[in-house]
Amino acid sequence: MSVEAFFLQVLSGLATGGIYASLALAVVMIYKATHQVNFAQGEMAMFSTYIAWQLIQWGIPYWGAFLLTIAVSFVGGVVIERTVIRPFEAREAVLAVVTVFIGLFLILNSMAGWTWEYTLKSFPSPFPKQAYLGGYLSGHQLGLFGVVLATLALVYVFFRFTPLGLAMRAAAESPESSRLVGIRVSWMLALGWGLAAALGAVAGMMVAPLVFLEPNMMGFVLIYAFAGALLGGIDNPWGAVIGGFAMGVLENIMGVYVVGTELKLTIALVIIVGVLVVRPSGIFGRRVVTRV
Amino acid sequence: MKVLGLLAVIAVATVMPFVLGDYRTFQLTLVMVYAIALLGLNILTGFNGQFSLGHGAFYAIGSYTAAILMAHYNVPYWATLPAAALVCLAAGFLFGLPALRLEGLFLALATLSLAVAMPSILKYRGIGDLTGGVQGLVLFKPEAPFGLPLNQDQWLYFFTLAVTIVMFVLAWNLLRGRVGRAIVAIRDQPIAARAMGINTALYKSLTFGVSALYAGVAGALGAIAIQFVAPDSFQIGLSFAFLIGAVIGGIYSIAGAIFGAFFVLFVPHLSEGISRAAPQAIFGTFLIVFMFVMPVGIAGFLRLASAWARRRIHGNSPVRGGAT
Repeated sequence: MSVEAFFLQVLSGLATGGIYASLALAVVMIYKATHQVNFAQGEMAMFSTYIAWQLIQWGIPYWGAFLLTIAVSFVGGVVIERTVIRPFEAREAVLAVVTVFIGLFLILNSMAGWTWEYTLKSFPSPFPKQAYLGGYLSGHQLGLFGVVLATLALVYVFFRFTPLGLAMRAAAESPESSRLVGIRVSWMLALGWGLAAALGAVAGMMVAPLVFLEPNMMGFVLIYAFAGALLGGIDNPWGAVIGGFAMGVLENIMGVYVVGTELKLTIALVIIVGVLVVRPSGIFGRRVVTRV
Repeated sequence: MKVLGLLAVIAVATVMPFVLGDYRTFQLTLVMVYAIALLGLNILTGFNGQFSLGHGAFYAIGSYTAAILMAHYNVPYWATLPAAALVCLAAGFLFGLPALRLEGLFLALATLSLAVAMPSILKYRGIGDLTGGVQGLVLFKPEAPFGLPLNQDQWLYFFTLAVTIVMFVLAWNLLRGRVGRAIVAIRDQPIAARAMGINTALYKSLTFGVSALYAGVAGALGAIAIQFVAPDSFQIGLSFAFLIGAVIGGIYSIAGAIFGAFFVLFVPHLSEGISRAAPQAIFGTFLIVFMFVMPVGIAGFLRLASAWARRRIHGNSPVRGGAT
């Protein structure tokens, strides 16, 4: 294998890594706000993608459907938090929370199958079909790269420069003090869920043209996103993004040169277990010390 | 009173295969298989407080151990159970060692990724000669020994019943003594437990191993009953089904495993006519509703109800709790 081919594998890995990065960012956002890992994040993204598909079927142009889906997903995320998750906010029981996430996972998955059948659907890409860089990068992969980076930039600007973003960060950092200065912490969590759902929707719409739309399409994406989030540090959004990109590259390189495509999922398993054992806080994460 | 109830259950269970048809008998066999796996999960999650979304993986390892021994090495079916138990005990213990450093959520994540990766590991070509690759392995159903007047389904039912009783008695014995109290103490007060001299690391890994052992024995029995193993029967849905059964049956109890097994096996059967998606939708809804109104599951609810009834009858006599 030539150096050039290796380089192109890295590039196309970065492109798929963008998907993992945006879903990993969604996972990290919910983790930062609530200290929960949302196992249903992938299914929420899948459901959003079906909504986009339906809108396009109804004749709405792609970018209109894109924005509308993001809006609907945001509202959906807030509604899910208010109705299903909120009652467990106060309870610390991991069992209850994880079980509710799995329940949500099953409901979203089956509702999608019920409404739109289990047949594979092709999902359109708004980007040119032309291939770039010697056929290694499709127009969609390049476009996806751009969309993901733009989304991440927006998220960064929102959290860094807007009062609402600041309030959300404060609510996540120290709920007690935030409540004292008048921030409605509980609603900030709901907004966090909405944002995470919207981010997931972007990830879903970007991944669907690559893998076909079906109810189980986000399964492996979520596992890679988890691996990416853990690799970068589950409480660090930038770490999660870098981790997501790294997972894309690792998946490609390992798949082509080392283990073959069959065992790709095992790479995620090894990374997840490896990171959790060797350095649970991830590469960029903060070590959390609890007082007994 | 309790002993009488148990004897009655066993008596009913003994009569069942002669009353029901072969297919129903086979279904009840699977209920017992699932009950054993759920019991393993209850011990781990309910009693020890460690989360696993990956028990389908250990079930798969047990199934494959039994299938490979039977198909390639002509080992008799009953001898594959101890082998599957040992292999899964080791696998669970080894997975439990790194898992020691993980708290709740992250343990759930690690086990989830194990369950997701399992089918692709089983399909791996490098071990294809052993596992049969994507096609899997086909097995033969055992005949009743000693010229007993039972057909294959009936014999398998009684064999499974015997194993189930043994596994439940073992679990009951494990949980009611010193070890059981240590296991529960680690769940409730990990730091206090350590201060009292309990080797939490060892206990947690061992509990993980024992729990995997239960899943493995169930897997081996399942492989013998279904006469077939293939990677795609061990998708993530299986691990979810175990969690659903454990939660709905009552994860903090031993008897809950049986209720959970009935639920997981019969609800999909009853609802499949509505839509292919219906069983999953029902599972998901039940999971969330149970977490809202009855987090202790069916077994926990029955226990509360009987305690309430006893109070009504005997006035203010104190309610006795225990590992049931």
